[in-house]
Amino acid sequence: MDVVFLSRLQFALTIMFHYIFPPLTIGLSLVIVYLLALRLKTGQAIYDSAARFWTKIFGINFAVGVATGIVMEFQFGTNWAVYSRYVGDVFGSALAAEGIFAFFLESGFLAVLLFGWDRVSAKFHFFAACMVSLGSIFSSVWITVANSWQQTPAGFVLRQHQVGERTFLRAEITDFWALVFNPSSVHRLVHVWFGAFILGAFFVMSIAAWYLLKGRHVDFARRSFTGALVLGTVFSLAQLVSGHLQAENVAEHQPAKLAAFEGLYESETGAGLYLWGWPDDAAQTVRFGVRVPGMLSWLATGDASATVRGMNELEADYGKPPVWISFQSYHLMIAIGGLFIVATLLALFLRWRGTLFDKRWLLWFFVFAVLPAFVANQVGWAAAEVGRQPWIVYPTVGADGQVTGGLLTADAVSEVVTSGQVLSSILMFGLLYLLLFVLWVMVLNHKIQHGPETPHRPGEGDFMDAARRRAGFGGTLSGEKDGAGSAANA
Amino acid sequence: MDLNVLWYLLLGVLLGGYAVLDGFDFGVGMLSPLAQDDRERRIVLNSIGPIWDGNEVWLVTFGGAMFAAFPEVYATVFSGYYAAFMLVLFALILRAVSLEFRGKMTSHLWRRFWDWGFFASSLLASLLFGVAVGSLLVGIPLDPQGIFAGGFFDVVLPAAHPFFPLMVGLLTTAMFVMHGAIYLYLKTEGDLQQRVKGWMWHGFGTFLVLYILTTILALATVPRALANFQHFPWAWAVVVLSVLAIGNIPRTIFAGKTGQAFLSSALVIFCLVALVGIALFPNLVTSSQADGHSLTIYNAASSAKTLGIMALIAALGMPFVLAYTGVIYWTFRGKVQLGDHSY
Repeated sequence: MDVVFLSRLQFALTIMFHYIFPPLTIGLSLVIVYLLALRLKTGQAIYDSAARFWTKIFGINFAVGVATGIVMEFQFGTNWAVYSRYVGDVFGSALAAEGIFAFFLESGFLAVLLFGWDRVSAKFHFFAACMVSLGSIFSSVWITVANSWQQTPAGFVLRQHQVGERTFLRAEITDFWALVFNPSSVHRLVHVWFGAFILGAFFVMSIAAWYLLKGRHVDFARRSFTGALVLGTVFSLAQLVSGHLQAENVAEHQPAKLAAFEGLYESETGAGLYLWGWPDDAAQTVRFGVRVPGMLSWLATGDASATVRGMNELEADYGKPPVWISFQSYHLMIAIGGLFIVATLLALFLRWRGTLFDKRWLLWFFVFAVLPAFVANQVGWAAAEVGRQPWIVYPTVGADGQVTGGLLTADAVSEVVTSGQVLSSILMFGLLYLLLFVLWVMVLNHKIQHGPETPHRPGEGDFMDAARRRAGFGGTLSGEKDGAGSAANA
Repeated sequence: MDLNVLWYLLLGVLLGGYAVLDGFDFGVGMLSPLAQDDRERRIVLNSIGPIWDGNEVWLVTFGGAMFAAFPEVYATVFSGYYAAFMLVLFALILRAVSLEFRGKMTSHLWRRFWDWGFFASSLLASLLFGVAVGSLLVGIPLDPQGIFAGGFFDVVLPAAHPFFPLMVGLLTTAMFVMHGAIYLYLKTEGDLQQRVKGWMWHGFGTFLVLYILTTILALATVPRALANFQHFPWAWAVVVLSVLAIGNIPRTIFAGKTGQAFLSSALVIFCLVALVGIALFPNLVTSSQADGHSLTIYNAASSAKTLGIMALIAALGMPFVLAYTGVIYWTFRGKVQLGDHSY
């Protein structure tokens, strides 16, 4: 097997495993900020215990995210040396900014968030949670900017660089802000954030729905579910708008990618949009497809009868991405997005009617809906990355049809690394990640089975605890302001 | 001073900061098997519990800055040291999850497994980092194109200097053990602290012996080690400072001023990183081939524009980083106390 294929496989493995965690921590960090804000404002003990519970879950996810994230940073150098030489000058400042602005903030205040419950004031603890959340959002900014630059490069010039007897072209920065706000970064960033918020919401709903079905921690679960449902509904709807803007952007800057998403081989006037299908590359057609007429033309250009260029016309300039993976991952993401809109709106309606928590089938749906939420985040990126092929850095095609720049994935791997080396590192990561995944699920399950601590006021004796447990009552005994002591103490 | 020199210095500061901070984390990890029961092991683990993660960010930022400032070095060294780097990554992942997972279940077997992982990963990472520094000092095979032309053993056991990288690896390991023991002494109390006192002395003794041996080996076999001292006479001040700092460690331990001993061992680590930097300058990677091309801070660097932008980013960001690093260390000062939220 060749080094390029194996290096791509390794990158796919390590990035997809890593990307289980960042969107989850971004989403959960918002949930924790919200709960700690309520704890400060109302002083109710239930927010204290809820925040403690989600912080524990957050800590586990964060640790695995950090452990697998460090691989990502060094892998560009180990496996993609030629790419690193090509992009270092432009890509590097984003990475440096990420380290200095985001990672220090995130990991530093994480210490206070996880271990500072009894060491710092409730206000400072809340501040630390805000900083962790801000740090995780910052870190998504810079890495997404770097990726967007690979998709739609801007603010750079290609120059010859010489090392020893070797001369090669590399991208050098000319305009930092043009690089940061390259044509696809804002749309992509918003899409990534919404994806993370949706995942966070569905993760919380999954655990809360399970508690509701089992009749455990009912008060905690109802509040968690309702809050997350609102978050999930808002961002599922917002994601529809963001996704549409993204697709327009792809149509403008990466037409070959859009054609691959839609299995459009020949250019077509009034092109339709597939709801589903099975691209057959050999026959250059999509089998078993159901199509909405004119919809693709309308989405891409705003005019249902416009012409959309197909892969055969674009191939000379842009090359041809693998169609089947691009098509299916793109459509799977959209299908999941549609499902989430329907499900959250229905649940919100039932919640308003007051019957949601009696609908066991819907709660069961939400227990498992976190899995498609993970899948949507993964396949969205798969579509973006596979659709960019055969390029690792996309070329720019001018109005005159002149192709400039661009680096082919096949040319980007390390000069000196052999397939044997890559194969052994794939095996190492594969086994290590398999072990990590199993343990992560085990520990997560352990935490969920244990559940949040019953809210309590300090100074209350065992008698009160026992009484409350007997009564099967999750809240405090004497109403609203009761938790003030507990929150202030923590 | 041009931007290339500035970034060489800043990389040195990031690497030195990383070695000082994660150095005691590794040391604590390597000492952890000496703890006698579960409670003691938890104290050892929690002495670095809230901060190891932030300490590791220094490495991440070092890597990011290397990529940005000297992409040629990043690409050549990381792909050239492929197998060694995969082992480093393995060790860092194992350490992170050992710390995080150990306390999550109560089973004896579970905890022993992660104890072992914590120890082995700390040892492996310390050794590998030291070996990497040693091999950079003796140079690695770079061809006329400036591309690595060797294998794993050209890094670990280079033919011209077969023992030097391993020697530096052992020195680094002993240094981190000493540094970690002093740190642990500050964070513990009672019976455990009394035993840590013994670990400190053993750590210092081992470090001293290896330091002397490595210095002799370096002076005898690595001409590069002293070449730059003719150009930079002030570099002798760093040597004197490091020797004074080493001497100050036993003095302060003996006098019961362990806080000062910790600062001294931190200074020793920083001085040694500085001495490596002085020895290498202006090369980042020295070619050991006769016709090879070394990677210098000029031919391996990004454009002046990028270096300037990054200097601005660093100037804006580093004061904040230092400020909240300070706040966080202050928050978690004092002896380890085990609670509901500890590992």
